[in-house]
Amino acid sequence: MSQPSSELMIEARAVEKWYPNGFQALRGANLTVRRGEVVVIMGPSGSGKSTFIRTFNALEDFQKGSITVDGIVLSNDLRNIDAVRREVGMVFQQFNLFPHLSVLDNLTLAPVLVRKRPKAEVEQQAWALLERVGIAEQAGKYPGQLSGGQQQRVAIARALCMEPRILLFDEPTSSLDPEMVREVLEVMQNLAAEEITMVVVTHEVKFARHVAHRVVLMADGEVVEEAEPEVFFTNPSHQRTRRFLDQIL
Amino acid sequence: MKHLLRRLRAELFATRADAALSLVLISLISLGAIGFLRWAFTQAQWAVVKVNSTLFAVGRYPVEQQWRLWLLTALLIAASGATWGLIRAHPRPDRTGVLWPRNDRLAVVLLSLIALALPLALDLSLAIAGRWWGLTVLLVVCRWLAGRFGARLSPAGQRLAALVWPVLYLVGMVLISGGLGLVTVSPSEWGGLMLTLLASSFAILLCFPIGVLLALGRRSDLPLLRWGSVLYIEFIRGAPLITLLFLGQNILGFLLPGGLAPDRIWRAAWVLTFFAAAYLAEAVRSGLAAVPRGQLEAARSLGLSYPKALQHVVLPQALRVALPAIVGQFISLLQDTTLLSLIGLLELLGTARTVMANPAFLGRNGEVYLTLALLFWGCCAALGLGSRALERRLDPHALPSAT
Repeated sequence: MSQPSSELMIEARAVEKWYPNGFQALRGANLTVRRGEVVVIMGPSGSGKSTFIRTFNALEDFQKGSITVDGIVLSNDLRNIDAVRREVGMVFQQFNLFPHLSVLDNLTLAPVLVRKRPKAEVEQQAWALLERVGIAEQAGKYPGQLSGGQQQRVAIARALCMEPRILLFDEPTSSLDPEMVREVLEVMQNLAAEEITMVVVTHEVKFARHVAHRVVLMADGEVVEEAEPEVFFTNPSHQRTRRFLDQIL
Repeated sequence: MKHLLRRLRAELFATRADAALSLVLISLISLGAIGFLRWAFTQAQWAVVKVNSTLFAVGRYPVEQQWRLWLLTALLIAASGATWGLIRAHPRPDRTGVLWPRNDRLAVVLLSLIALALPLALDLSLAIAGRWWGLTVLLVVCRWLAGRFGARLSPAGQRLAALVWPVLYLVGMVLISGGLGLVTVSPSEWGGLMLTLLASSFAILLCFPIGVLLALGRRSDLPLLRWGSVLYIEFIRGAPLITLLFLGQNILGFLLPGGLAPDRIWRAAWVLTFFAAAYLAEAVRSGLAAVPRGQLEAARSLGLSYPKALQHVVLPQALRVALPAIVGQFISLLQDTTLLSLIGLLELLGTARTVMANPAFLGRNGEVYLTLALLFWGCCAALGLGSRALERRLDPHALPSAT
């Protein structure tokens, strides 16, 4: 496992968010992620973990606190938001592949449009990425023709094709059939061995134990516990964490 | 023969009830058909259509300038043939079924037969019939040429080739109205099928972008834009087209300074456009609603700006979903042009009414209306066929899911 550097990639301080209906999803959540680090966020449903990581690339706004991503302060400035999104890739629970584009075009769309790179060059990179996630032979197909596990691997390759410095995973295996979970986790595990910074919201205990540098428990819109996996799963310091682990283990 | 009998039996006479129903229906249909044929061949006097065929086609367009319309028709047909050939030269790689080359040739033969027989059946003069035959040959030749050499065209070349159509539209405008060295033919002299197609194509082309913008406006986060779009759409949808047409004739003249007030025909065409745009916006909105929110989020999280995400991710999917509804709108728009006759414009129906008012053709309403119905049906059927072909070409879900 590569060791994270001391450089801060994500710094979220006392983030509070209310939804328009008045519900407060985040109540002063704190998190720092260093470069190369793999952080797993766990927690009961409704604890705000998805909302939290969605604030990191401005898919959700927030009302109080501050978030700095890769040195860019997230504010209402649209230019900042675009800059952050170029550096942060995201993998969704529902894959969200573009169904009207072939697998290859799913990968090349953003680098060509956003980074203005020549199409031929991006395609070469896309082939290499598809090879890496083990689905190069599906490049010409449409997402609807692939299994869930294959689609999620394409989604990871699509995010990687933008060469992000941070990858966010929002429950990447939660809508997969059980037999497909492993192929996706393997891809993620291989990624974790590289330089890339990862923040993963997941319920996969094995992944958290063996791949994460740090495991975080969120409950009621707050970060309750933050510890190395070994400590987190065997000797957590908070009652709340123990209760959560009792329920899932 | 035996096979046919067996099939008939299975499909029409499987049970007693089936057989009874089939017999009743068959006799009703036969009665209707016999009655119609007897009328068409014994009582009907088709002279009213033959004598006035030019009037139905182009209205009172000056005879000495009609060569321009023939030229335009020839250009349109050449472009259609070339487009047809190009599409055939670039089938979707997953769609090279066994049937299409044969069906395609069948279509050519059928079309040629109709084009050969129709001028004869209508008893057109040899000069006119000859032109139609020439145009048919042009269509077939262009299709063949494009099919033969079009495969070499790169995607960029294909996009360039598609530009022929908008250019042709502008050329057509000049040919019809004059200018650039051609004698001006004032819109008051336009009429017949030409005016119908002109007004409806104008409205179809312009209502599309306006409708898409209205649909986006209705979903916008900016309250002013949203409420403006809602107000516009609901107002237009709540008013009958005919009142809007009369309104347009009356107030567009006041709204715009004297010289700029468009001619009556253009006023009507703009009213049609704005009317259709409101309905189109609702069709597009239903398409937008069918695209999951995650699509926009995925596009945005990849760094695409909002307009780029719309253009490349959301709209292609939304328009694909809305396509049948959109084409349905286009078809009713085409039919709505008949209302122009009520504000005194001589489009197809208006022309027909002047013909029927002529004492020489008294009582020939059946022949005239039937011809009109067939002409409209032909245009609408063409739109419908085109839309279905487009749907098939665009639908990635219809792909065979071979692994």
